[in-house]
Amino acid sequence: MVSKITLEVFRYRPDQETQPSFDSYEVPCEKDWVILDALNYIKDQIDGTLSYRWSCRMGVCGSCGMMVNGEPVLTCATFLNKFLPGPVKIEPLEHFPVVRDLIIEMSDFIGKLQKVKPWIVRKEEKSLEDGEYIQTPEQLGDYKQYSMCINCMLCYSACPVYGLEPEFVGPAVIALAQRYNLDSRDQGKGEREEILSQDDGIWQCTFVGECSEVCPENVDPAGAIQRYKVAATNNWWKSLLMPWGKSE
Amino acid sequence: MFKSSRFPIYYKGHPRMFVKDKPIFWWALKWVHARFIIRELTSVPVAFYAIILILQIRALSLGPEAYANFTNWLKTPLSLSLHVISFLFVIYHSVTWFNLAPKAIVIRIGKNRIPGLVITGLNYVAWAIFSVAIAWLFLNLDNLM
Repeated sequence: MVSKITLEVFRYRPDQETQPSFDSYEVPCEKDWVILDALNYIKDQIDGTLSYRWSCRMGVCGSCGMMVNGEPVLTCATFLNKFLPGPVKIEPLEHFPVVRDLIIEMSDFIGKLQKVKPWIVRKEEKSLEDGEYIQTPEQLGDYKQYSMCINCMLCYSACPVYGLEPEFVGPAVIALAQRYNLDSRDQGKGEREEILSQDDGIWQCTFVGECSEVCPENVDPAGAIQRYKVAATNNWWKSLLMPWGKSE
Repeated sequence: MFKSSRFPIYYKGHPRMFVKDKPIFWWALKWVHARFIIRELTSVPVAFYAIILILQIRALSLGPEAYANFTNWLKTPLSLSLHVISFLFVIYHSVTWFNLAPKAIVIRIGKNRIPGLVITGLNYVAWAIFSVAIAWLFLNLDNLM
């Protein structure tokens, strides 16, 4: 006999109501079900109007992040039976405007991400005859951790600074900027510094550390931000003491 | 309902989106946030220590009588309890600071990154050495002079 569990799901239908509400759904609590399976069950069997994002259901695409009992998680990587006897509260990711039900508007994050140029910036490209850009395993190791980010935005929901100051560039964007700053092939540090070292960049971070706690890929954005603070301070001193030197 | 001031970039074409406001006491709802706010508040006792030091120097410059008055005040229960509270807060500040140090400091020897525990440990060792050295200096000041 499969036990049942109640999901209290955040509903917001802007065409019908101005305030959100919660709908309760009773679903079977199968042993191998994750929260996303329960949402799919609701969508298929109980209420087809429920809206939410998902794609890969295996922790790679980063689409299905939601607040489950107040914690930002990937719903495809969170088992349902962990919450027995229930009920489980499902809400959209915090700190983002809600478009409908569990779907958030993410263009703030995407816009900030583009600003830090998350790609390899070269001042001069090598010609084809010069061959590829060789990298040692150690050089790869310098940034690999940060390259694991799947843009799921759980860290933005966990960050109280972003909740209070929406202008803050935010954890994942800084971690991804560091992914390229620490890449031996990249020469774009200086261009990214303009965004990262401003008031709404790294200095907004007060090191709550929750971004690293909730990260499903162990990217450790909090660590990336603190490391960048050290690097930015060193650069500032260098430019003060040696104004003729070229900043990297 | 939607606050245009909070997310001006969204407001333009999307007046119907819902944004939850952060309650004033957001930090009291989760222990990790409360812990963080306590850490931020430890700056107050640090400032208290700095002010005491400035007042002490001022008393010293005003002559022996003023200085004696000041040291007498330091011995009052009020001053002692303020110092005990400040001491606990400053200890909390220092311990959490040292525990965070490995996040910001990445040191490599050859190909290997020094483990975080070693960086934290070295910070504690340096802290202990400095504390003992300063305590020794002050306790032996009369003999040295």
